[in-house]
Amino acid sequence: MKVFEEIVQQTKAYYCIDCGICTGSCPVARVNPRFSPRLNVEKSLLQLEGEIVEDRELWSCLTCGTCSYRCPSLVDYQSFVLSSRIEARKAGREGMLTHDGVLKLMMELQTFAFPQTRTGWIPKEVKTSAKGEYLYWVGCLPHFDVIFKDYGTHSLQSAVNALRILNRLGITPVVSPEERCCGHDLLWNGDIESFRKLARYNIGMLKKYGVSKVICSCPEGYRTLKVEYPKLVGDTGVEVIHISQLIAQGIKEGKLFLNPLEQKVTYQDPCRLGRLSGIYDEPREVIRHIPGLQLLEMERNRVDAICCGTTGWVNCTSCSKQIQTDRLKEAISTGAQTIITACPKCKIHFQCALINSDLSIEIKDMLDLIGEVI
Amino acid sequence: MSEYEPRIICFACNWCSYPGADLAGVSRIQYPPNARIIRTMCSARVSPVFVLRAFQQGADGVLVTGCHIGDCHYISGNERAEENMKRTAEILDLLGIGKDRLRLEWVSAGEGGRFAEVMTSFVQQIKKLGKLKLKEI
Ligand code: FES
Repeated sequence: MKVFEEIVQQTKAYYCIDCGICTGSCPVARVNPRFSPRLNVEKSLLQLEGEIVEDRELWSCLTCGTCSYRCPSLVDYQSFVLSSRIEARKAGREGMLTHDGVLKLMMELQTFAFPQTRTGWIPKEVKTSAKGEYLYWVGCLPHFDVIFKDYGTHSLQSAVNALRILNRLGITPVVSPEERCCGHDLLWNGDIESFRKLARYNIGMLKKYGVSKVICSCPEGYRTLKVEYPKLVGDTGVEVIHISQLIAQGIKEGKLFLNPLEQKVTYQDPCRLGRLSGIYDEPREVIRHIPGLQLLEMERNRVDAICCGTTGWVNCTSCSKQIQTDRLKEAISTGAQTIITACPKCKIHFQCALINSDLSIEIKDMLDLIGEVI
Repeated sequence: MSEYEPRIICFACNWCSYPGADLAGVSRIQYPPNARIIRTMCSARVSPVFVLRAFQQGADGVLVTGCHIGDCHYISGNERAEENMKRTAEILDLLGIGKDRLRLEWVSAGEGGRFAEVMTSFVQQIKKLGKLKLKEI
């Protein structure tokens, strides 16, 4: 296959020195012996791409970036997986869909021009505007809120809190009823056509609203808008900001006062925010700023943080559960009562693991925590 | 031009609604032929995905039918179905397809007439809503 030669070129897989650091670092390989990044790279070098495409474990990769970060030869394993998945999809392969595939369908249906009604959740007491400099990117939160009702994760609550916090910072953002799925999961599952459609649509939508800054609370949306969209169209004409950056800045400027809260918490770095975007400090600054709150670090934190165990709503297996429960135990061992995360998906995944275990710890979104103390 | 004929997918449970539809047939009760009826073992089998997939494939409306509450062959399947469809309706609203294109009805095996009535009124409702346009963004 010519394509794989290109993939090897692009991802510098040919630099692989067979050291095995990737597989040794991989959270999936630790619990799933059939999965090995090193083996996949080797297969591509030996022109066994057929095996890569057929392999069910291709979809088990969390694309969390730990391997690429540690690789001494700088092989871009994430892009390697992404490109392999695009090829696998062309060959009619797909990951094992979780939740019956409802999330994938919902994303696909957003590529049709139905007149959406997705801003009904905004409470009256928060202020939004129809036009302006800032836009708050809501992402999948309204959809998650419906689908994961049983889990008690209340995804929309964090969107409401995001708006409350922004209002406090003196920002009245636009919340667009025309926003559509950012395409993150479709992209990482190899559905490049749908991703492109959504990306072009969203960029056009942002232009139409004339906003210059997009505030994301979801790390996946943040990275997709900031990194993936420009790859597709060049300059998108908007600045993409993560809400934790704004909050940290607001605190420094004295715009936001936080009430005291006596609690011990630990912080989970979402892959898309931490390793893949380099935002480690802002969320910590924000959390530390709450008087009385103690931030205890887990053993594996920042660049070494462990992913929440499943991604893109595919291949959630007993191995994912193992990763999640191990992580929960790590969090509990710090003595923290609460795990704070900045990603709605981390929250859902950990909550799911928690329900199915006898561990006890609370999982909270960073925005919900701040929402409590403003 | 002939009048627009909606395409409807109807899910009917094996123990009540499907025999109900059958009874409507053998009793020669007239009802609009717009629906493709798909038999499921219980209305609880109809997951949100079935409904969303139907719309993705070009259905204009989805009718889910099951046994009356208390009569489900699997005791509480239809209560589950109620919960499932409530959520599906919320999703349909979010997506812009609209919850009016989905309906959940209870039809027992003896209610051939009722099946025909439900179908007639649902077809009318979908006709009023018009065709679901699958135009790409
Ligand atoms: S068997 Fe008819 S609804 Fe359950």
